[in-house]
Amino acid sequence: MNDQHSRIVETVVELMKEAQRNLPVWVKKRLEQAKESEEGIAKQEINNMLENVVYSSNRNKPLCQDTGVPIFYIEIGRDFSLKTSIREAIRDGVKKATEEVPLRPSVVHPLSRKNSGDNTGKFVPIINTEIKEGKDLKIKLLPKGAGSENVSHQRMFLPGEKEKIPNWVKKKVKEAGPKPCPPLFLGIGIGGSFDYSSVLSKKALIDFNEKKSPDIRELEEEITKKVNELDIGPMGVGGNTTALGSSIKLASCHTASLPVALNIQCWAFRYSEETIKD
Amino acid sequence: MKKLKTPLNENLLTKLKAGEKIKLSGKIFTARDAAHERILSRNSLSFSLENQVIYHCGPLVSKKNKDWEIISAGPTTSTRLSKFISPLLEKYKVSAMIGKAGLDKTTFTSLKEHKCVYFSYTGGAGALASKHIEKVKDVYWLDLGEPEAVWELKIKDFPLIVGIDTFGNSIY
Repeated sequence: MNDQHSRIVETVVELMKEAQRNLPVWVKKRLEQAKESEEGIAKQEINNMLENVVYSSNRNKPLCQDTGVPIFYIEIGRDFSLKTSIREAIRDGVKKATEEVPLRPSVVHPLSRKNSGDNTGKFVPIINTEIKEGKDLKIKLLPKGAGSENVSHQRMFLPGEKEKIPNWVKKKVKEAGPKPCPPLFLGIGIGGSFDYSSVLSKKALIDFNEKKSPDIRELEEEITKKVNELDIGPMGVGGNTTALGSSIKLASCHTASLPVALNIQCWAFRYSEETIKD
Repeated sequence: MKKLKTPLNENLLTKLKAGEKIKLSGKIFTARDAAHERILSRNSLSFSLENQVIYHCGPLVSKKNKDWEIISAGPTTSTRLSKFISPLLEKYKVSAMIGKAGLDKTTFTSLKEHKCVYFSYTGGAGALASKHIEKVKDVYWLDLGEPEAVWELKIKDFPLIVGIDTFGNSIY
Protein backbone atom coordinates (compact mmCIF):
# COMPACT_ATOMS: atom_id res chain seq x y z
CA MET A 1 0.00 0.00 0.00
CA ASN A 2 1.68 3.27 -1.09
CA ASP A 3 1.23 6.74 0.45
CA GLN A 4 -1.36 7.87 -2.04
CA HIS A 5 -3.46 4.75 -1.46
CA SER A 6 -3.39 5.37 2.33
CA ARG A 7 -4.25 9.03 1.83
CA ILE A 8 -7.33 8.13 -0.22
CA VAL A 9 -8.36 5.47 2.31
CA GLU A 10 -8.07 7.94 5.21
CA THR A 11 -9.88 10.65 3.24
CA VAL A 12 -12.81 8.28 2.59
CA VAL A 13 -13.01 7.38 6.30
CA GLU A 14 -13.03 11.08 7.26
CA LEU A 15 -15.61 11.90 4.55
CA MET A 16 -17.84 9.14 5.85
CA LYS A 17 -17.54 10.37 9.46
CA GLU A 18 -18.38 13.90 8.38
CA ALA A 19 -21.35 12.96 6.17
CA GLN A 20 -22.91 10.54 8.65
CA ARG A 21 -22.50 12.66 11.79
CA ASN A 22 -22.85 16.27 10.68
CA LEU A 23 -25.73 17.40 8.53
CA PRO A 24 -24.61 20.23 6.18
CA VAL A 25 -25.29 23.66 7.72
CA TRP A 26 -27.47 24.80 4.79
CA VAL A 27 -29.70 21.71 5.16
CA LYS A 28 -30.12 22.39 8.88
CA LYS A 29 -31.01 26.02 8.10
CA ARG A 30 -33.76 24.95 5.69
CA LEU A 31 -35.21 22.64 8.35
CA GLU A 32 -35.12 25.45 10.91
CA GLN A 33 -36.96 27.76 8.49
CA ALA A 34 -39.53 25.04 7.73
CA LYS A 35 -40.19 24.55 11.45
CA GLU A 36 -41.52 28.10 11.65
CA SER A 37 -44.22 27.38 9.07
CA GLU A 38 -45.49 24.25 10.81
CA GLU A 39 -47.54 23.52 13.91
CA GLY A 40 -48.71 20.53 15.99
CA ILE A 41 -47.28 17.10 15.14
CA ALA A 42 -45.61 18.44 11.97
CA LYS A 43 -43.63 20.93 14.06
CA GLN A 44 -42.82 18.21 16.58
CA GLU A 45 -41.42 16.03 13.77
CA ILE A 46 -39.05 18.79 12.61
CA ASN A 47 -38.09 19.40 16.23
CA ASN A 48 -37.10 15.74 16.56
CA MET A 49 -35.07 15.96 13.35
CA LEU A 50 -33.20 19.03 14.60
CA GLU A 51 -32.67 17.55 18.04
CA ASN A 52 -31.31 14.43 16.37
CA VAL A 53 -28.89 16.48 14.27
CA VAL A 54 -27.40 18.09 17.39
CA TYR A 55 -27.33 14.79 19.30
CA SER A 56 -25.58 12.82 16.54
CA SER A 57 -23.00 15.54 16.06
CA ASN A 58 -22.25 15.84 19.79
CA ARG A 59 -22.02 12.09 20.29
CA ASN A 60 -20.22 11.34 17.01
CA LYS A 61 -22.95 8.92 15.96
CA PRO A 62 -24.45 8.42 12.49
CA LEU A 63 -27.64 10.47 12.55
CA CYS A 64 -29.62 7.73 10.80
CA GLN A 65 -29.15 3.97 11.21
CA ASP A 66 -29.53 3.61 7.44
CA THR A 67 -26.02 4.75 6.59
CA GLY A 68 -26.88 3.97 2.98
CA VAL A 69 -25.11 2.74 -0.08
CA PRO A 70 -21.83 4.63 -0.59
CA ILE A 71 -22.00 6.70 -3.76
CA PHE A 72 -18.93 8.64 -4.86
CA TYR A 73 -18.36 11.26 -7.51
CA ILE A 74 -14.70 11.81 -8.19
CA GLU A 75 -13.10 14.48 -10.30
CA ILE A 76 -9.61 13.62 -11.42
CA GLY A 77 -7.46 16.51 -12.57
CA ARG A 78 -5.78 15.60 -15.86
CA ASP A 79 -2.40 16.40 -14.32
CA PHE A 80 -2.99 14.45 -11.11
CA SER A 81 -0.51 11.58 -11.09
CA LEU A 82 -2.24 8.37 -10.15
CA LYS A 83 -0.07 5.99 -8.17
CA THR A 84 -2.77 3.56 -7.09
CA SER A 85 -6.14 2.19 -8.16
CA ILE A 86 -8.61 4.83 -7.02
CA ARG A 87 -11.38 2.22 -7.11
CA GLU A 88 -9.48 -0.11 -4.78
CA ALA A 89 -8.49 2.74 -2.47
CA ILE A 90 -12.09 3.94 -2.13
CA ARG A 91 -13.24 0.36 -1.56
CA ASP A 92 -10.64 -0.07 1.20
CA GLY A 93 -11.79 3.26 2.67
CA VAL A 94 -15.41 2.10 2.79
CA LYS A 95 -14.42 -1.15 4.51
CA LYS A 96 -12.40 0.77 7.09
CA ALA A 97 -15.20 3.31 7.59
CA THR A 98 -17.69 0.48 8.20
CA GLU A 99 -15.60 -0.51 11.24
CA GLU A 100 -14.55 2.92 12.42
CA VAL A 101 -17.55 5.22 11.99
CA PRO A 102 -19.27 2.65 12.30
CA LEU A 103 -21.63 2.10 9.38
CA ARG A 104 -24.48 -0.37 9.18
CA PRO A 105 -23.62 -3.09 6.68
CA SER A 106 -26.42 -2.46 4.19
CA VAL A 107 -25.04 -3.87 0.94
CA VAL A 108 -26.33 -7.26 -0.22
CA HIS A 109 -26.24 -9.45 -3.34
CA PRO A 110 -29.31 -8.34 -5.35
CA LEU A 111 -30.76 -11.85 -5.72
CA SER A 112 -29.44 -14.04 -2.90
CA ARG A 113 -29.75 -11.03 -0.52
CA LYS A 114 -26.57 -12.13 1.24
CA ASN A 115 -25.01 -9.24 3.16
CA SER A 116 -21.31 -8.65 2.40
CA GLY A 117 -20.85 -7.27 5.93
CA ASP A 118 -18.60 -4.37 4.90
CA ASN A 119 -20.71 -2.19 2.56
CA THR A 120 -18.81 -3.30 -0.53
CA GLY A 121 -19.89 -5.64 -3.31
CA LYS A 122 -20.07 -5.92 -7.07
CA PHE A 123 -19.70 -2.34 -8.40
CA VAL A 124 -20.21 -1.04 -4.84
CA PRO A 125 -19.10 1.52 -3.70
CA ILE A 126 -20.64 3.13 -6.73
CA ILE A 127 -18.05 5.46 -8.25
CA ASN A 128 -18.76 8.04 -10.94
CA THR A 129 -15.63 9.47 -12.51
CA GLU A 130 -15.00 12.67 -14.37
CA ILE A 131 -11.72 13.92 -15.82
CA LYS A 132 -11.25 17.67 -15.30
CA GLU A 133 -8.58 20.29 -15.85
CA GLY A 134 -6.07 20.80 -13.03
CA LYS A 135 -3.96 18.56 -10.83
CA ASP A 136 -6.17 17.76 -7.85
CA LEU A 137 -8.34 14.80 -6.98
CA LYS A 138 -11.75 15.78 -5.65
CA ILE A 139 -13.88 13.19 -3.86
CA LYS A 140 -17.59 13.83 -3.25
CA LEU A 141 -19.65 11.44 -1.14
CA LEU A 142 -23.42 11.01 -0.97
CA PRO A 143 -24.44 8.04 1.21
CA LYS A 144 -27.97 7.23 0.04
CA GLY A 145 -30.59 5.47 2.15
CA ALA A 146 -33.23 3.17 0.68
CA GLY A 147 -36.39 4.92 1.87
CA SER A 148 -35.98 7.79 -0.56
CA GLU A 149 -34.14 5.87 -3.30
CA ASN A 150 -37.01 3.32 -3.46
CA VAL A 151 -39.49 5.99 -4.60
CA SER A 152 -37.31 7.61 -7.28
CA HIS A 153 -38.47 7.46 -10.91
CA GLN A 154 -37.53 7.87 -14.56
CA ARG A 155 -39.82 8.58 -17.50
CA MET A 156 -39.26 9.00 -21.23
CA PHE A 157 -41.46 11.98 -22.16
CA LEU A 158 -42.31 12.86 -25.76
CA PRO A 159 -40.35 15.79 -27.26
CA GLY A 160 -43.07 18.41 -26.80
CA GLU A 161 -44.12 17.45 -23.27
CA LYS A 162 -41.92 19.73 -21.14
CA GLU A 163 -45.00 21.35 -19.56
CA LYS A 164 -45.91 17.98 -18.08
CA ILE A 165 -42.72 17.71 -16.00
CA PRO A 166 -43.81 19.68 -12.87
CA ASN A 167 -47.08 17.76 -12.52
CA TRP A 168 -45.32 14.43 -13.09
CA VAL A 169 -42.90 15.25 -10.26
CA LYS A 170 -45.85 16.25 -8.07
CA LYS A 171 -47.64 12.97 -8.85
CA LYS A 172 -44.56 10.89 -8.02
CA VAL A 173 -44.04 12.72 -4.71
CA LYS A 174 -47.74 12.20 -3.90
CA GLU A 175 -47.46 8.47 -4.58
CA ALA A 176 -44.38 8.31 -2.35
CA GLY A 177 -46.32 9.94 0.52
CA PRO A 178 -44.57 9.59 3.89
CA LYS A 179 -42.25 6.78 2.73
CA PRO A 180 -39.11 8.81 1.80
CA CYS A 181 -38.97 10.76 5.12
CA PRO A 182 -40.20 14.20 4.02
CA PRO A 183 -39.50 17.12 3.89
CA LEU A 184 -37.58 16.21 0.76
CA PHE A 185 -34.95 17.50 -1.60
CA LEU A 186 -35.76 16.81 -5.25
CA GLY A 187 -33.00 16.09 -7.74
CA ILE A 188 -34.23 16.27 -11.32
CA GLY A 189 -32.28 15.25 -14.42
CA ILE A 190 -33.66 16.45 -17.74
CA GLY A 191 -32.28 15.24 -21.07
CA GLY A 192 -29.35 13.02 -21.95
CA SER A 193 -30.51 9.44 -22.38
CA PHE A 194 -32.55 6.91 -20.40
CA ASP A 195 -29.64 6.15 -18.08
CA TYR A 196 -27.92 9.55 -18.12
CA SER A 197 -31.04 11.40 -16.96
CA SER A 198 -30.86 9.31 -13.77
CA VAL A 199 -27.16 10.09 -13.31
CA LEU A 200 -28.02 13.77 -13.73
CA SER A 201 -30.82 13.59 -11.16
CA LYS A 202 -28.34 12.45 -8.53
CA LYS A 203 -25.74 14.99 -9.65
CA ALA A 204 -28.47 17.60 -9.23
CA LEU A 205 -28.60 16.59 -5.54
CA ILE A 206 -24.82 16.68 -5.17
CA ASP A 207 -24.56 20.13 -6.74
CA PHE A 208 -27.76 21.34 -5.06
CA ASN A 209 -26.64 24.92 -4.48
CA GLU A 210 -24.92 25.43 -7.80
CA LYS A 211 -25.79 28.67 -9.59
CA LYS A 212 -28.54 28.13 -12.17
CA SER A 213 -29.83 30.17 -15.08
CA PRO A 214 -33.00 32.22 -14.31
CA ASP A 215 -35.31 29.97 -16.39
CA ILE A 216 -34.10 26.82 -14.59
CA ARG A 217 -34.35 28.58 -11.22
CA GLU A 218 -37.93 29.43 -12.10
CA LEU A 219 -38.75 25.84 -13.06
CA GLU A 220 -37.19 24.57 -9.81
CA GLU A 221 -39.28 27.02 -7.79
CA GLU A 222 -42.46 26.06 -9.67
CA ILE A 223 -41.86 22.37 -8.91
CA THR A 224 -41.14 23.02 -5.21
CA LYS A 225 -44.27 25.16 -4.94
CA LYS A 226 -46.47 22.55 -6.61
CA VAL A 227 -45.11 19.75 -4.41
CA ASN A 228 -45.76 21.82 -1.29
CA GLU A 229 -49.46 22.02 -2.24
CA LEU A 230 -49.70 18.27 -1.52
CA ASP A 231 -50.07 18.63 2.26
CA ILE A 232 -47.93 15.52 2.87
CA GLY A 233 -45.83 17.50 5.35
CA PRO A 234 -42.96 16.46 7.65
CA MET A 235 -42.95 12.63 7.97
CA GLY A 236 -46.31 12.57 6.18
CA VAL A 237 -48.42 13.96 9.02
CA GLY A 238 -49.69 16.88 6.91
CA GLY A 239 -48.24 20.37 6.72
CA ASN A 240 -46.82 23.08 4.51
CA THR A 241 -43.38 21.57 3.94
CA THR A 242 -43.22 18.50 1.72
CA ALA A 243 -40.15 19.67 -0.21
CA LEU A 244 -37.32 21.86 1.03
CA GLY A 245 -36.18 22.57 -2.52
CA SER A 246 -35.55 21.27 -6.03
CA SER A 247 -32.43 21.14 -8.16
CA ILE A 248 -32.38 20.54 -11.91
CA LYS A 249 -29.52 19.47 -14.16
CA LEU A 250 -29.77 19.45 -17.94
CA ALA A 251 -28.12 17.56 -20.78
CA SER A 252 -28.88 17.80 -24.46
CA CYS A 253 -30.85 14.90 -25.88
CA HIS A 254 -32.11 13.25 -29.08
CA THR A 255 -34.60 15.34 -31.06
CA ALA A 256 -37.17 12.56 -30.67
CA SER A 257 -36.99 12.21 -26.88
CA LEU A 258 -37.17 13.96 -23.51
CA PRO A 259 -35.82 11.73 -20.74
CA VAL A 260 -36.59 12.92 -17.18
CA ALA A 261 -35.52 11.40 -13.87
CA LEU A 262 -36.50 12.27 -10.33
CA ASN A 263 -34.14 11.31 -7.52
CA ILE A 264 -35.77 11.84 -4.16
CA GLN A 265 -33.62 12.70 -1.14
CA CYS A 266 -34.85 12.42 2.47
CA TRP A 267 -34.51 15.33 4.92
CA ALA A 268 -31.30 13.75 6.23
CA PHE A 269 -29.29 14.96 3.22
CA ARG A 270 -25.86 13.60 4.10
CA TYR A 271 -22.99 14.88 2.02
CA SER A 272 -19.28 15.60 2.24
CA GLU A 273 -16.39 16.39 -0.11
CA GLU A 274 -12.62 16.73 0.03
CA THR A 275 -9.82 17.66 -2.34
CA ILE A 276 -6.54 15.76 -2.40
CA LYS A 277 -3.63 17.76 -3.76
CA ASP A 278 -1.18 16.02 -5.99
CA MET B 1 -48.20 12.16 28.44
CA LYS B 2 -49.12 8.49 29.07
CA LYS B 3 -46.29 6.23 30.13
CA LEU B 4 -46.74 2.66 28.92
CA LYS B 5 -44.85 -0.48 29.83
CA THR B 6 -44.65 -3.82 28.04
CA PRO B 7 -46.45 -6.22 28.06
CA LEU B 8 -49.17 -3.79 26.99
CA ASN B 9 -52.63 -4.04 28.42
CA GLU B 10 -55.37 -4.43 25.78
CA ASN B 11 -57.80 -2.14 27.61
CA LEU B 12 -55.20 0.57 27.66
CA LEU B 13 -54.37 0.10 24.00
CA THR B 14 -57.98 0.49 22.90
CA LYS B 15 -58.14 3.84 24.71
CA LEU B 16 -55.28 5.35 22.70
CA LYS B 17 -56.18 7.87 19.99
CA ALA B 18 -54.26 8.65 16.81
CA GLY B 19 -52.06 11.71 17.34
CA GLU B 20 -51.62 11.10 21.06
CA LYS B 21 -48.07 11.20 22.45
CA ILE B 22 -46.87 8.38 24.71
CA LYS B 23 -43.64 7.08 26.23
CA LEU B 24 -42.92 3.37 25.99
CA SER B 25 -40.67 1.27 28.22
CA GLY B 26 -39.91 -2.45 28.33
CA LYS B 27 -39.05 -5.05 25.72
CA ILE B 28 -39.33 -4.78 21.92
CA PHE B 29 -38.27 -6.95 18.96
CA THR B 30 -36.98 -5.49 15.70
CA ALA B 31 -38.14 -7.08 12.44
CA ARG B 32 -38.13 -6.02 8.82
CA ASP B 33 -38.66 -7.76 5.45
CA ALA B 34 -36.55 -10.91 5.80
CA ALA B 35 -37.50 -11.46 9.47
CA HIS B 36 -41.22 -11.15 8.68
CA GLU B 37 -40.86 -13.73 5.91
CA ARG B 38 -39.13 -16.12 8.26
CA ILE B 39 -41.56 -15.52 11.14
CA LEU B 40 -44.42 -16.44 8.81
CA SER B 41 -42.69 -19.46 7.28
CA ARG B 42 -41.82 -21.18 10.56
CA ASN B 43 -44.09 -23.22 12.80
CA SER B 44 -42.29 -22.27 15.98
CA LEU B 45 -39.95 -19.47 17.00
CA SER B 46 -37.13 -19.31 19.52
CA PHE B 47 -38.67 -16.11 20.89
CA SER B 48 -42.28 -15.39 21.72
CA LEU B 49 -44.23 -12.64 19.98
CA GLU B 50 -47.36 -13.09 22.09
CA ASN B 51 -48.37 -9.70 23.54
CA GLN B 52 -45.09 -8.25 22.32
CA VAL B 53 -44.11 -5.12 20.42
CA ILE B 54 -42.43 -5.25 16.98
CA TYR B 55 -40.15 -2.42 15.92
CA HIS B 56 -39.72 -1.94 12.16
CA CYS B 57 -36.03 -1.21 12.36
CA GLY B 58 -32.66 -2.39 11.10
CA PRO B 59 -30.35 -1.01 13.77
CA LEU B 60 -26.77 0.11 13.42
CA VAL B 61 -24.92 -1.94 16.04
CA SER B 62 -21.38 -2.39 17.20
CA LYS B 63 -19.85 -5.29 19.13
CA LYS B 64 -17.67 -4.30 22.07
CA ASN B 65 -15.98 -7.36 23.60
CA LYS B 66 -18.94 -9.72 23.79
CA ASP B 67 -21.70 -7.14 24.08
CA TRP B 68 -23.70 -5.53 21.35
CA GLU B 69 -24.15 -1.79 21.54
CA ILE B 70 -26.85 0.14 19.69
CA ILE B 71 -25.31 3.11 17.85
CA SER B 72 -28.27 4.39 15.84
CA ALA B 73 -31.70 2.80 15.55
CA GLY B 74 -34.56 4.76 14.00
CA PRO B 75 -37.51 3.19 12.20
CA THR B 76 -37.54 1.82 8.66
CA THR B 77 -40.45 2.41 6.23
CA SER B 78 -43.33 0.32 7.65
CA THR B 79 -45.40 0.64 4.46
CA ARG B 80 -43.01 -1.81 2.81
CA LEU B 81 -44.08 -4.45 5.35
CA SER B 82 -47.83 -3.96 4.87
CA LYS B 83 -48.36 -7.31 3.11
CA PHE B 84 -47.06 -9.20 6.16
CA ILE B 85 -49.29 -7.51 8.74
CA SER B 86 -52.57 -9.44 8.40
CA PRO B 87 -50.93 -12.90 8.26
CA LEU B 88 -48.67 -11.95 11.17
CA LEU B 89 -51.57 -10.83 13.37
CA GLU B 90 -53.53 -14.00 12.46
CA LYS B 91 -50.58 -16.05 13.68
CA TYR B 92 -49.36 -14.10 16.74
CA LYS B 93 -51.12 -11.73 19.12
CA VAL B 94 -48.74 -8.80 18.62
CA SER B 95 -49.85 -5.84 20.79
CA ALA B 96 -48.19 -2.99 18.95
CA MET B 97 -45.80 -2.01 16.20
CA ILE B 98 -43.41 0.89 15.94
CA GLY B 99 -42.31 2.36 12.62
CA LYS B 100 -42.45 5.28 10.27
CA ALA B 101 -44.61 6.28 7.28
CA GLY B 102 -47.58 4.21 8.47
CA LEU B 103 -49.10 1.09 6.92
CA ASP B 104 -51.32 0.58 3.86
CA LYS B 105 -55.03 1.13 4.57
CA THR B 106 -55.59 -2.56 3.72
CA THR B 107 -54.05 -3.46 7.11
CA PHE B 108 -56.41 -1.28 9.19
CA THR B 109 -59.18 -3.91 9.51
CA SER B 110 -56.66 -6.41 10.77
CA LEU B 111 -55.17 -3.91 13.26
CA LYS B 112 -58.69 -3.18 14.51
CA GLU B 113 -59.68 -6.82 14.78
CA HIS B 114 -56.55 -7.77 16.72
CA LYS B 115 -56.48 -4.55 18.80
CA CYS B 116 -52.97 -3.77 17.61
CA VAL B 117 -51.72 -0.17 17.80
CA TYR B 118 -49.22 1.36 15.37
CA PHE B 119 -46.83 3.86 16.94
CA SER B 120 -44.73 6.23 14.89
CA TYR B 121 -41.27 7.67 15.46
CA THR B 122 -39.47 10.28 13.36
CA GLY B 123 -37.64 8.67 10.43
CA GLY B 124 -33.95 9.53 10.19
CA ALA B 125 -33.72 10.32 13.90
CA GLY B 126 -31.77 7.14 14.63
CA ALA B 127 -29.13 8.66 16.91
CA LEU B 128 -31.79 10.26 19.09
CA ALA B 129 -33.73 6.96 19.24
CA SER B 130 -30.65 5.17 20.57
CA LYS B 131 -30.82 7.42 23.64
CA HIS B 132 -33.91 5.49 24.71
CA ILE B 133 -32.52 2.01 24.03
CA GLU B 134 -30.89 0.75 27.22
CA LYS B 135 -29.49 -2.51 25.96
CA VAL B 136 -29.53 -5.41 23.56
CA LYS B 137 -31.04 -8.35 25.43
CA ASP B 138 -30.60 -10.88 22.65
CA VAL B 139 -30.29 -11.30 18.90
CA TYR B 140 -31.82 -13.95 16.64
CA TRP B 141 -31.19 -14.87 13.00
CA LEU B 142 -27.92 -13.04 12.48
CA ASP B 143 -27.53 -15.17 9.33
CA LEU B 144 -29.95 -12.68 7.72
CA GLY B 145 -27.36 -9.92 8.20
CA GLU B 146 -27.30 -7.31 10.97
CA PRO B 147 -30.07 -5.06 9.55
CA GLU B 148 -32.50 -7.95 8.93
CA ALA B 149 -31.86 -9.90 12.15
CA VAL B 150 -34.31 -9.81 15.08
CA TRP B 151 -32.91 -7.71 17.93
CA GLU B 152 -34.53 -7.97 21.35
CA LEU B 153 -34.11 -4.56 22.94
CA LYS B 154 -34.79 -3.01 26.33
CA ILE B 155 -36.13 0.52 25.94
CA LYS B 156 -36.86 3.32 28.37
CA ASP B 157 -39.30 6.19 27.84
CA PHE B 158 -39.18 5.92 24.05
CA PRO B 159 -41.26 8.94 22.88
CA LEU B 160 -43.84 7.88 20.29
CA ILE B 161 -46.96 9.14 18.59
CA VAL B 162 -50.01 6.92 18.13
CA GLY B 163 -49.93 6.64 14.33
CA ILE B 164 -52.89 4.30 13.78
CA ASP B 165 -55.28 3.54 16.64
CA THR B 166 -57.52 0.50 17.15
CA PHE B 167 -60.46 2.38 15.61
CA GLY B 168 -58.66 2.72 12.27
CA ASN B 169 -57.85 6.43 12.70
CA SER B 170 -54.50 7.48 11.30
CA ILE B 171 -52.25 10.54 11.48
CA TYR B 172 -51.21 10.02 7.86
